[in-house]
Order: sequence, then C-alpha cells, then structure tokens
Amino acid sequence: MKKAAPAAHANLDGVASLQMPPMVRYLDEDGELLTQEQPMSDEMALEGYRVMLRGRRFDERSVSLQRQGRMVTLAPGIGQEAATVGAAMAIDATTDWFVPQYRELAGQLWHGYPLRLAFLWHVGHPLAFQVPGDLKMLPFQAAIAGQLPQAVGLAWGLKMKEDPGVVLAIFGDGGTSQGDFHEAANLAGVMKAPIIFLCQNNGWAISTSVTQQTASETLAQKAIAYGFPGIQCDGNDLFAVYATVREAARRAREGQGPTLVEAITYRLGLHTTADDPSRYEPRELHDLWVNRDPLRRMQLHLKARGVVDEAALDRMEDEVKDELRVAWEEAQGEPAPDPDFYFGQVHADRSPRLKRQLERFAKDGLG
Amino acid sequence: MAEITVVEAVNQALTLEMARDQRVVVFGEDVGRSGGVFRATDGLFAKHGAGRVIDTPLSEGVIAGAAIGLALAGWVPVAEIQFLGFVHNGFNQVVDQLARVRYRSAGRFSAQVTIRAPYGGGVRAPELHSDGFEAHFAHAPGLKVVAPATPYDTKGLLLASIRDPDPVLFLEPLRGYRQVKGEVPEGDYEVEIGKARVARQGTDVTLVAWSGAVQVALQAADDAASQGISVEVIDLRTLVPLDAATLAASVTKTGRAVVLQEAALTAGFGAEVVATIQEEAFFSLQAPIRRVASPDVPYPVQMLEEQYLPGPERVLEAILAVTRE
Repeated sequence: MKKAAPAAHANLDGVASLQMPPMVRYLDEDGELLTQEQPMSDEMALEGYRVMLRGRRFDERSVSLQRQGRMVTLAPGIGQEAATVGAAMAIDATTDWFVPQYRELAGQLWHGYPLRLAFLWHVGHPLAFQVPGDLKMLPFQAAIAGQLPQAVGLAWGLKMKEDPGVVLAIFGDGGTSQGDFHEAANLAGVMKAPIIFLCQNNGWAISTSVTQQTASETLAQKAIAYGFPGIQCDGNDLFAVYATVREAARRAREGQGPTLVEAITYRLGLHTTADDPSRYEPRELHDLWVNRDPLRRMQLHLKARGVVDEAALDRMEDEVKDELRVAWEEAQGEPAPDPDFYFGQVHADRSPRLKRQLERFAKDGLG
Repeated sequence: MAEITVVEAVNQALTLEMARDQRVVVFGEDVGRSGGVFRATDGLFAKHGAGRVIDTPLSEGVIAGAAIGLALAGWVPVAEIQFLGFVHNGFNQVVDQLARVRYRSAGRFSAQVTIRAPYGGGVRAPELHSDGFEAHFAHAPGLKVVAPATPYDTKGLLLASIRDPDPVLFLEPLRGYRQVKGEVPEGDYEVEIGKARVARQGTDVTLVAWSGAVQVALQAADDAASQGISVEVIDLRTLVPLDAATLAASVTKTGRAVVLQEAALTAGFGAEVVATIQEEAFFSLQAPIRRVASPDVPYPVQMLEEQYLPGPERVLEAILAVTRE
C-alpha cells in the first residue's frame, strides 16, 4: 500500500507566483543586438520594417482623415507594429490562418490584406470585411475574444483534415478576462489544436490598465492552467516576436498543440478616435514607451548594420507615402455599396419574408 | 413504415447523414461514448469513432464557437447543446458570431452549422432544463430556427438543416422525445425549412403552435370538436423564416386565431405570430387574436410545472372565447 503524503501543506504563504521562462528579447531599446545572431536575414528585417512603417503611416493618415470627418471611428495600432508584423512573418501565408481582433492591421498587411481594403474599412464600406478569395484570414472582430473559440475550431478542423496549416489568433490583454478566451484555450489544450494565441499586452483595455485586468503576474502564465506553454516576448522587438511565434508555429505544425505568446507592447495611440487617453494615462508612462518605439528600434538596428542609410529610409518613406496615396484614391473610387447589399448577406437564399421586406425597402427606402 | 419516437428520428437523421457525407462531425457534451444524455447520438461513436463523434469540454460557448471554425475548415458540424437553457453561456457565439458569419465577411464565408438542442417543459426536469427560450434566437438575423413536433418532421427537417448552407438552431421537443411517436420512412428525405404544416384541417378557428405545444393544441382541437367547433391546427415547424403564407391562408379561411406558446408571455415568439396574422389577414379577422402562454415568471420547479404550462383546458377556453366574440 502506498504511503499517504503528510498532510502538512496547508500553509499557502508564498505560493502565489509561478516560475516562467525568461522573456524573449533580441534588441535593446537602442536597437543593439543582445544575442550573437538575429533570427532573420537583413533583407527580411528590412521588409518587416517596411511593413511596420506602412502600418504606422496608414494609422497616422487614418486618424488625420478621421479628424477631418472623412472616416468612421477607428482603432489605430500605433506602437504595436512589431508585435503584429513579427507574428505574421513567423507564419506561412500560403498555409496558415491569421485571425485578428481589430488592432492588428500592420500584421494583416504582411499576411496579404490589401491597403485599399484597409481604407475601405475606415470609411465603413462592407467590402473591407470581405476577405479576398484566397487569403487565409478572418474578418475583423468587434467582440473582444469572440474570435478565439472560432480560431480553435478552425485549427482543430485543420488538424482533423491533416492540413498543414496553423492558426495565429490575436487578441489583447483585456481579452484574457473573457470567458471566450478561457473556453477557447481549454478546448485548444484538450484537442492539441495547432494554434498560436498571441496576446498583445498593450497595457490598456481602453482606460483599464492591465494591473486592474488581472491579478496574474503575467498573462502568459494563464496557459499553464490549460496544459500548454505560455511565454512572454518583447512585443516592440520585431526579432523577439518573430522568433517566439516561429517556435510556437513549429510546435503547432509538429502536433505539439497550442502556445500562448504574450507580446509586451504599448498602445502609443488611442484606443479609438473616440478615446482621450489624457484622462487616464500617466504622461511619464507614455514617454517611457515612446523611447521603446518598435520602428525606432529597428531603424537604429538596420542603420547600425549598414542595411540602410538616411537616404534609403527617406526613399522608403516616399514609397510608402505613394502606396498610401494610391490605395486611398482606389478606395475613394470604389462605388458605394448597393443599399440592399446586406439583404444578400443573411442567408444563401432569401426567404419570402425577407424578399417582401426588400421590396418595401426598394420602394420607400425603409426597413 | 416503422413507428418511431422523436429522439429516434434524430438518431436516424444523424446516422444517415454521417454515412452519406464524410464531412459531417457530431460533437458536444457526452455525445460520444454515452450516446448523449437522451441517446440521440447513440451508436454514432461505435460506427465512426472519436474522430467524427467527439466529446467536448463542458462549455456551450466553445462548442458553438468551434463549430464556426470547423465549418471554415471544411467540416459540416452538428453540435449538440445538451439543453437549450444552457446555451446562453454561448449566446455571443450563437447570436453575435454564428448567425453573422456570412454578414461579417460580406459573403466570403458561410457557416454550414447545425446546433441541436432539446427544449421545452413538461418532463419534470430541474431549473433551466425546461425553459422555452426560442424567442431569444428568433430575433437574430442570420440564424434559422427550426422547431419540429413530430418524428417525421424531425428527421426530414434535421436532414435539411444539416445540408443548409447557413446556420440552423434545431430545437427538439423534449416533451415529445419519447412521448410522440409516428411513422417515419427509413430512407433519406427532407422537409423544407420555412414551411408550416396544417396538422389538422378546420374551418372555425386557427390554432397556431410549435414544438412540444403541438400535442397540446391537437388535444384542445379534439376537445373543441366535441363542442362543435372545427379548429385548424397549424404546426409552424420553422420559426425563422416564418411561413406567413400558410398562416394567412388559414386565418383568411377561419377568421379567428389563437396562438399557443409554451414560453412566458411577454415578447415571446407568439407575439410575432400575432403581429404577422394581423398584417396579413386583418380584414378577415372576426375577433381579436388570443394568446395562450405561460405567465411571466421563471419556469417553475417540478411540483408546480403543470399549473404553469398552458394545457388543453386553457387553450380550449381561448378557442371558446374567440368564437363567442
């Protein structure tokens, strides 16, 4: 007979925190490499930088257009470009799925979402949600963490089909308080679904700081409860996010199941254009993170390695500006949707009842 | 033709469709080895194994949400929610997500998903196992809501639902699961979604019901017949999309209507039926339409169940009232 363990473990003092792997970092705040080698080629790093810049300038332009009354309320991803682009670079757009929340546009651009549609998104055009035919991406998701159960179903479904694809599902720190996150993580663990949960911890859920969101020391450690690894990486370090998500994707592809990656980043912009961070955000904190800007850091790194010089960076700025101008023009040239557009998006067929509503709608423009 | 119960009809449809379409996967709480708490999925696990008949963690939200993802991956998911009363844990995934896949992606994606859930009272089940929550889902554009009453319709509508390219909430009459028997062809057939059934022809009053309440309606119609009143019973079979034409035709003929709804009165689906009848057949009406429903209190526990559920006596009273007016 086995001997029972002595019942002497009821003292719970000091057992609150968990041993976690160290946070993954490659670059310091001035872009200096902290390791021997960077995890990608200079060419790839430069391309990553270009897409981060595209995302940044897109957001800046969009906020400005919104202030002119030419765009709807929007949620810029300024300051978080390394987190989303680094993750997108670590998966394979030909096989893998990108499942966004709504603050991942820079990463979506890398995965193949066109800038023209991004502009259409911000003018409230339904075509922005119609992910182009061959692109493995779900539409933007307004319900916080609502995409996660679906992303797990998708990953599980790919696994059952022996499809080589994996799923990158992105959400924020606030999302970890939602039941959908926990239920999705739990199922993913049970099914060993090939999914990477990428939590962009940007410090804020609108005005609620992450310390008010959870008593957990890290968000990554929540994975432990569900039986798979969680790891933090420097979310403002393109290399760190890329290397971490690449490893998570490898595990997923090899049948080892999910990983939760917490990318520590910061929302340098607004929650949305309807938000006023001066009501809640300490100025010093903002300034601290301005210094950790992921674009600045990568730019310093690329310059120090001689990959780019000022002239090349200026050229890139001009090129991005041109791309944005062209895409915005294209978006403005897109015909407005037919007023009855959404009658066709309810079901594959139209019920007699909906047809009658449509007749009335067409006649007097009322629902 | 063999006479079978409603739950056997569910099982026949699932058995048939899993063999016919290799993309069909059945999953939910306890649907695998145990064959479901009502044995609706009995035998499927033995036939198809854990790859296509899957016991999931106890989470309605992730069952409904994962169904969307599975559909996107090319499967045809048939998910079971053990009792409709618990689906609210996954309300967001059903109403804000599943119902909107086509809308949200502006037509790029659709979700060929069926969510089966038994519901309705009268079987002496604990709290939340008996509530009539159909109206919560009928108000979500994008979702079809099917609620058959008979074994024949259950099998034919379930096959049609699984094959429908859009999401269907398939409500099974808990009270009828074993009590209602009927002849059902062994083979493959579909009953069209969106079409009501005239369960009994009549000329004096139209009585509308669906799911478990159809049996109550038929009993009340019998009772009315013995008093010389000819009642036409309409079994809606599908709540969304609602078959307004069948309602209109019947009320145009009878000039009187009673709507029977097992759920609590206020903002129930019966209100939609009443509004539709008055839109479609107002000038044929010879009396105000009456509703018979449960009172606006949460569903009672077992000892008081029968007092609250609308029974044939209350329906008959309403029939007599509309014929007097």
